[in-house]
Amino acid sequence: MSAARLLGSAGLVALALVPLLPLGPAQEYIWHVIIQIFLWSFVGNAWSLMGRFGLVSLGHGAFLGMGAYATVLLWNFYGMTPWAGAGLAIVITVAFALVVAYPCSRFQVVGHYFGLVTLAVGEVIRLLIVAERDWTGGSLGVTLKTGGAASDWWTLQFADKRVFYYVGLAAWLFGLWVWWRVDRSMARSAMEAIGEDETAAASVGIRVARFKMAITALSAGLTALGGALLALYLAYANPDSLAGIGVSLRIVFAVVLGGMYALLGPFVGTALTIALSEYLRIYFGIKLIGIAETIYGLLLIVFIIFLPAGIYGSIAQAVRRRLTRPSGGLPARA
Amino acid sequence: MLDPIFLLEAVVNGILLGGILALLALGLNLIFGVIDIVWIAYVDLVTLCMYGVYFLVSLYGWPLWLAGLAGIGIGALLGVLVHLLIITPILASPPINQLLATGGLLFFIQSAATLLWSTDHRSLRVSLPTLEVGGIFISFTRLLAFGLAILAMVALYLFLTRTYTGTAIRAVSQDREAIALMGARPQRLYLVTSAVGGAMAGVAGALLIIQYAVHPYFGGAFGPLTFMICVLGGLGNMVGAFAAAFIMAQVISVGGVLVSTEMGYVIAFVIFIVLMFVRPGGIFARRA
Repeated sequence: MSAARLLGSAGLVALALVPLLPLGPAQEYIWHVIIQIFLWSFVGNAWSLMGRFGLVSLGHGAFLGMGAYATVLLWNFYGMTPWAGAGLAIVITVAFALVVAYPCSRFQVVGHYFGLVTLAVGEVIRLLIVAERDWTGGSLGVTLKTGGAASDWWTLQFADKRVFYYVGLAAWLFGLWVWWRVDRSMARSAMEAIGEDETAAASVGIRVARFKMAITALSAGLTALGGALLALYLAYANPDSLAGIGVSLRIVFAVVLGGMYALLGPFVGTALTIALSEYLRIYFGIKLIGIAETIYGLLLIVFIIFLPAGIYGSIAQAVRRRLTRPSGGLPARA
Repeated sequence: MLDPIFLLEAVVNGILLGGILALLALGLNLIFGVIDIVWIAYVDLVTLCMYGVYFLVSLYGWPLWLAGLAGIGIGALLGVLVHLLIITPILASPPINQLLATGGLLFFIQSAATLLWSTDHRSLRVSLPTLEVGGIFISFTRLLAFGLAILAMVALYLFLTRTYTGTAIRAVSQDREAIALMGARPQRLYLVTSAVGGAMAGVAGALLIIQYAVHPYFGGAFGPLTFMICVLGGLGNMVGAFAAAFIMAQVISVGGVLVSTEMGYVIAFVIFIVLMFVRPGGIFARRA
């Protein structure tokens, strides 16, 4: 593993140095793309904490939107610093997630049904944001009030994109650390057993409801943090870009595209989807509106048909198979 | 206090909306019950059929009834294409991949429609008189669409119960292993089911284009609602889906008048979530 660790460290140093490189006139744009990749990977990681255990949520837009809107509205209306605002947003979101998760595990809502219930939850939050337009700006979205100073740690608003670059990097690494901790814990075995068969898991003494609620709370809290950071970075929140079915599906897509069962899967998937859509957008410009998204959708279908374990997941599987062939080892998860 | 006339009008409009929703839910539910895959992009096929009818009438000057029939054909063709190109390769994949493949189709259809036809709202402007019954105004167009929707559902019912193929399709949804033993070919039945499901989307498209203006995201707006109606009625349960469509339509229509359009949907979705906890098999499921 030392080679892999070396490679990881080298990659990390390279990422940390990117803002210091002279990238010419396009540097602001390059930073912007990388910050988005960091933040959306963080959200994808949070989603995969549930997804990898069979809790396929199609409503993470709800958590993202609550995190974003609570943070922005608390600052705009009450002048609450985003440090406290985002904290409160996470608390509210986790409480809300538990209110939904409790009956879901109590009544054994799983599989297709879990997906559709979470889909409905996501739509409810999006519609509430649109309906409460006096507060939230409705479907036009809400802009973060400026704090006055160009750079300010109290309002977490910075004129220099590089500050948010490092915030994004830190958030992404934090997400990876949480994922790694869960992967290494006893909870992982318990959750995998629950994902396979709840009744069987309960029969060997695993507290099904407690584990499911804990992982949901963790996933929702991290997603809310991601929403808060995205809203602060963009200084704007919109019900379609940070809540609702579209964004929920996009999160799931990126993760599944990269590989849901691998540490770097969400990152690879997010980086690819964002890089692809940015490339197509620049390549076609305003000539053919919609073509970038058309190609994107087509590629998604093709990837899911031909690489069911995700891009990174498929590569990691192939490498592992080659490495472990002499000693046998555990079969890679499909 | 709200004028009771408005409330009555909302109830009537809810019933008319229920007809269309039932049509969509039945088509989706047929596919789900037989092939066991949720077509996330089902409602976007409706959008394509609406465009098809629109262009046949406005560009090529077809009479509306003929274009409508062609729309049904377009729907059936799209259903077959979706099945052959996307569903067949992933029949054995995990459910999440199946869901996402058709989700990718959703992005594809919506953006391809934007690319080809821009986001303009296109309407056929079918102007039929408005009926007045006891102080309530009912659009004759919507009444006509409702009647035709009911007719299409009766036709589907007769097809499923009175024909050999229909009986075989119902048999697949009950036990997909046994049907192969009985000598029927599931692959062929899947294809027929996809065509019939697509045709239902075509009927819905033809009936919607005479009431509303079409744009690339028109069908998508009905998406979550259609899935929820299917689940509420019981996935694969046609009668349940029919009833659930009218219940949800009432909630949305009356809730929309009493509070606001968004809150009508919010109430409907919350009812769906709560019912999922209480009756996970749908409102009409028999307790196991």
